[in-house]
Amino acid sequence: MTRARTPYDGVVLCAPVTVPYQRYSDQTAHWWAGRAMRCLAESTGLGPADIDGFCFASFSAMPDTAVGLVQHLGLSPRWLDHIPTGGASGIMALRRAARAVQCGDADIIACVAADTNHLDSFRHTLAAFSRFSQDAVYPYGFGGPNATFALITDVYMRAYGVTRDDFGKLCVAQRRNARSNPLALQRGELTLDDYLRARPISDPVHLFDCVMPCAGAEAFIVTTPEIAARYGLGAARVLATIERHNAYLDDAVQLRGGWAMDAESLWAMAGVAPADVDTLQAYDDYPVIVAMQLEDLGFCAKGRAAEFIRATRFEIDGDLPLNTNGGQLSLGQAGAAGGFQNVTEGLRQVLRQPLGAQVPDADIAAISGFGLVNYDRGVCTAAAIIEACR
Amino acid sequence: MSREKRDPLARRKERHVQPGARSRAMHAMAARAAMGRFVLQGCVDCGAVTYPPRDVCPRCWGELRWADHGRGARVLSVTTIRVSTDLYFRGQLPWRMGTVALDAGPVALAHLHAGLTAGDQAEMRLMLDRGGNAALFALPAGKEPDMSDRQWREFVVPVKDCTILVSDARGAIGRALVQALHAAGAGHIVAGLAPPARIADLSDSLLGMERVQPIPLDLTDPVMVAECISKIPGPLDIVINTARLVRGGGVSADGNLVEQRRMLDVAVLGLMRLVQASAPLLQGRPSAAFVDILSAQALAGDAAFAGYAAGEAARHALLQSFRHEMRATGVRVLSVFTGPSDDEDHQSVPPPKVAPARLAREIITALETGREVSCVGDVAVDAMDRWLADPALYIRERNL
Repeated sequence: MTRARTPYDGVVLCAPVTVPYQRYSDQTAHWWAGRAMRCLAESTGLGPADIDGFCFASFSAMPDTAVGLVQHLGLSPRWLDHIPTGGASGIMALRRAARAVQCGDADIIACVAADTNHLDSFRHTLAAFSRFSQDAVYPYGFGGPNATFALITDVYMRAYGVTRDDFGKLCVAQRRNARSNPLALQRGELTLDDYLRARPISDPVHLFDCVMPCAGAEAFIVTTPEIAARYGLGAARVLATIERHNAYLDDAVQLRGGWAMDAESLWAMAGVAPADVDTLQAYDDYPVIVAMQLEDLGFCAKGRAAEFIRATRFEIDGDLPLNTNGGQLSLGQAGAAGGFQNVTEGLRQVLRQPLGAQVPDADIAAISGFGLVNYDRGVCTAAAIIEACR
Repeated sequence: MSREKRDPLARRKERHVQPGARSRAMHAMAARAAMGRFVLQGCVDCGAVTYPPRDVCPRCWGELRWADHGRGARVLSVTTIRVSTDLYFRGQLPWRMGTVALDAGPVALAHLHAGLTAGDQAEMRLMLDRGGNAALFALPAGKEPDMSDRQWREFVVPVKDCTILVSDARGAIGRALVQALHAAGAGHIVAGLAPPARIADLSDSLLGMERVQPIPLDLTDPVMVAECISKIPGPLDIVINTARLVRGGGVSADGNLVEQRRMLDVAVLGLMRLVQASAPLLQGRPSAAFVDILSAQALAGDAAFAGYAAGEAARHALLQSFRHEMRATGVRVLSVFTGPSDDEDHQSVPPPKVAPARLAREIITALETGREVSCVGDVAVDAMDRWLADPALYIRERNL
């Protein structure tokens, strides 16, 4: 466990791409993935023959996996991965692709997440999400993730004295951040009063705690600094990453995530501290998980999220610019792409290529992912620290 | 006589059931829930108790086996679901559920009885939902469930104020049942009486009670079955099939074929006639059930009652199929197994025998606890235990 981790030398991230989301789409996940590839091509000049690695994440490409996508998209990669971890998939794609490029297994890897959202597809996705969900969650009211996170939020609020006002502050700040992002589906002003008075969905979760399912795609490129330079692409290096699955499996209710097990390793490998981070892209399907990440990644002590939230400004020009594109709470949650938008947004901010407002002097971004409510909690956690190459 | 006036053109409320897809392990849990057991999987090797159902122990990868466990639990968290994408639950909102820590070890999500809040001690019941799948329901510890609890009522079949058809109210079991249902507050009891009508029926105080409607009914006569159903005022909630003809006789000898044929007509085709006439009515009801009383001979017959056992076994098979057909409608099909009842049909059978009043009580309990399979009396309990443990051995032992 104490073995030194090999730094991600000779690897960079570049070309963050977001295909503008739609609330509902009659297109397929394949179409959305294709749009992402086209956007990558337009922003980099890369064509199908140049890409020798492909990593894919999606919930709605059935019956295809990454294999079907390779043929669909006309790729001929020498490295292929399929990541089924939803909200943790972007960081997991990043760290797998980074090692492949570093070791020479591939030179240019396209990491793509794409999901569509037909009129009734969310219900079908929920109904067949996982075996444990089918057996032991959805038959209990079919509240979807709203109910699961309501149960977690209920315990978390009582355990640590976090209030709806605290969660509201996070949501209001993220909505302010979204107002400059032309791609966010929800850009209307949200006041704390709006937040507090919203209709209950699954107590204590209310309307503005929930993300809106939508269609969309996200993508980025992992390659070498030399190749990035040859194509004239702005690039960021990977300082450190972590991932963990099914952490703390004896906790009766999820009050902490796998980040807490690995945060020390993350910061040690990165050689920076939370205070050095210019922007945090935290996974935000429900503000309780954002609060948990603030604690478990070390931005504040465990159980101190309430104080920290009250003392911190999370707007783009604030103390800790959080989810600067508005997060999924404002963008919409485009399936697995929701687990990639934190990576693309963090990358854009440090590359100074924002969709909306720029975090002043942003060089270092912390990115955090959380995925897959298989039963009563999110199983997959991951985080990465990236820094712009200047 | 009409208990309910209804516009024949009004759109009927559609009945949905809970989503139905389950793993094989979850079906195994449901098969045990059907008998009223509270079971969880335990590891044969390390003893760890696990939930949700798995195919291997998550602690040591050992083999899992189902076992009964203590029903105690503590409520950890609670939510009220106000939005659902599912058609069944959309019709039930708001719906309260929560996380419970089972005394047996695992943490589970469960439906909550009204009044339960975080920190409360609970007593778990393993129920069948309307779709026939296993579901955990948390009740306040040490208290009986409130039959007016809206969520609890989705898992049981309350008798109070219901319209109930008893297919044969002339036999000892049927009479005891009419009495018990009346005492339990049934709204309207339709008491089937096989013709010919008897003079004594007119002065029978049981049939003369308020809320009891005597009606001619012989399950071997399809016209009479249809007429009986058509004369029931208002919607029909529960059918209890008490009609039976018990005659001894073997296969190669002693079987009077006239008797045997009549017996099978009542037991097998009679059940089908009653089901076909009543199922369409039951399907429209919010909480409906069809109850059949089966002899434990259905599991393995003895040679002295070969034809009777064959009829009971056939009914047992028909009920499995009927239950499957009703899964999508939410109508519960209950099998109540019993040993020889203490009546004129079993004059030559030695004790233990089941008193008709006890059988009637247990049928009401089966309805009000939503138990799909019940065994009443020592003979039926013993038969079911031995059959479940080793069916091949049990069949041999019944015919040594």
